[in-house]
Amino acid sequence: MADTYPDVTADTGTDLDTGTITMRVTRYRPEDGELEPTTQDYQIPLRKDWAVLDGLNHIKDHIDATLSYRWSCRMGICGSCGMLVNGEPKLTCEAFLTDYAPGPVRVEPLANFPVIRDLVVEIGSFMRKLPQVKPWIIDEAPPPAGEHRQTPAQVAEYQQYSMCINCMLCYSACPIVGLDEHFLGPAAIALAQRYNLDSRDQGVLDRLEVLSTDEGIWGCTFVGECTTACPKHVDPAGAIQRYKLSAATESLKAFVLPKSRRARATNGPAPAKEGDTP
Amino acid sequence: MAKQRAEPFLWLLFSAGGVVAALLVPALLLLFGVLFPLGWITPPDHDHLRAVAAFPLTRLVLFGLCVLALFHWAHRFRYTLYEGLQLKHLHRVIAVLCYGGAIAGSAAAAYLLTAGL
Ligand code: SF4
Ligand code: FES
Repeated sequence: MADTYPDVTADTGTDLDTGTITMRVTRYRPEDGELEPTTQDYQIPLRKDWAVLDGLNHIKDHIDATLSYRWSCRMGICGSCGMLVNGEPKLTCEAFLTDYAPGPVRVEPLANFPVIRDLVVEIGSFMRKLPQVKPWIIDEAPPPAGEHRQTPAQVAEYQQYSMCINCMLCYSACPIVGLDEHFLGPAAIALAQRYNLDSRDQGVLDRLEVLSTDEGIWGCTFVGECTTACPKHVDPAGAIQRYKLSAATESLKAFVLPKSRRARATNGPAPAKEGDTP
Repeated sequence: MAKQRAEPFLWLLFSAGGVVAALLVPALLLLFGVLFPLGWITPPDHDHLRAVAAFPLTRLVLFGLCVLALFHWAHRFRYTLYEGLQLKHLHRVIAVLCYGGAIAGSAAAAYLLTAGL
C-alpha cells in the first residue's frame, strides 16, 4: 500500500522541476509621472499548488518589491484579491497557475474601476452604491424578545444571495457597469434581494423606489456575465431577473389597483426606521 | 434616479415574448421544418390544416405569439442599438422605431389572421 501514497514533494509544490512560467503584469505608477499603464514580464517558478496570488507574492518578495496589489485571506473569503487573469475577472488566490501553463499569464487590474497603482483599483463607486439599496433589515415592529427565528426554508430563500464577499468581479465583468457609471450593478442588486427575500424584512417597497429605476434593475439587459464571474455562486443575474418580475408585477398592480397601492404606500414605512443609519 | 414608468410593462412583454417564443416556435419548427418534410410524421392534409388555422383559438394563439415575439424583438433590438452600437443619445427615435415596428407588425399579423374570416 505504501507505494500508492501520493508523492508528497510533488503535491506540496516543493518540486522546482515543474519549470517556470511568465507572469505578464500590468504596471502603472502615476505618482512617478507615468501616463499610461505598461506591462512587465516576470519569470517565476511554476508550482502545482501556487495560485496567481502566490506568483505575485513571489515577485513582491524575491524579484520586484515595488509591485502593488491587494490581498488578505488567501482563501476566497475576503474578496480583496480580484484581478483580471488572462482577461477574465478572477480571485487570484483561487486561480491556479498550472491552469494557465505554459503562459504567459496576463494579470491586470479589475476592469471598470479607475486604477490607483499597478493592480490596485479605486472602489469608491462600489462602496457608494452598496448602502443605496438599504442592505439591512427594515422592520417597524419592535424586535422580538428572544431570537427572531426562521425556518430552514425561510433561510434557504435568501441564503444564496447572502454569500457575496464584495469582490467586485461581477462589476468588472458587467458591460453595463462599464457603459453607465451610475448603474447600481450586480452585487448591490443581489444584496437588495438578499434582504427582500428575508422573512424578517419589511423593506421591499422602500427598496423598490431605488431599484425599479434606470440605474437599478431596468439598466440590466441580462448579459449574464456577472453570474459567470461570481466565485461564490451568488447568481446576481438571476437575482436581477427575479427582481424584475416582482417589480413589474408591482407596477402592474399599481396600474390596475392604484388605490390599494396608494394605501400601502401611506401605511408603509414610517420615517424613523430601525437601522436607517447604516 | 429616474423612476421607470413604461419599462416594467415593456419588460413584461419582452419576457412573455421570450417565454412564448421559446415554447411554441421550436415545436412549430420541429413539426414543419423537420418531422413533416422528412416524413417521420404524416403531415395533416391541406384542408385539415386550413380548418385548424381557421379555428378562432388557433388564430388567437398565433396572434398572441406574433405580438409577444415582436415586442420581445423590439426590446432586445432597442438595447442592442443603445449599448451594442452606442446610440443611446438617439433613444427616442430608436424606441419609436422599435416599438412602432412591433405595433405595425402586430397590426399586420391581425390583418393576416382575420383576413378571410
Ligand atoms: S455577487 Fe459574486 S462576483 Fe459580485 S461582488 Fe458578490 S461575490 Fe463578488
Ligand atoms: S485573498 Fe481573500 S479572496 Fe483572495
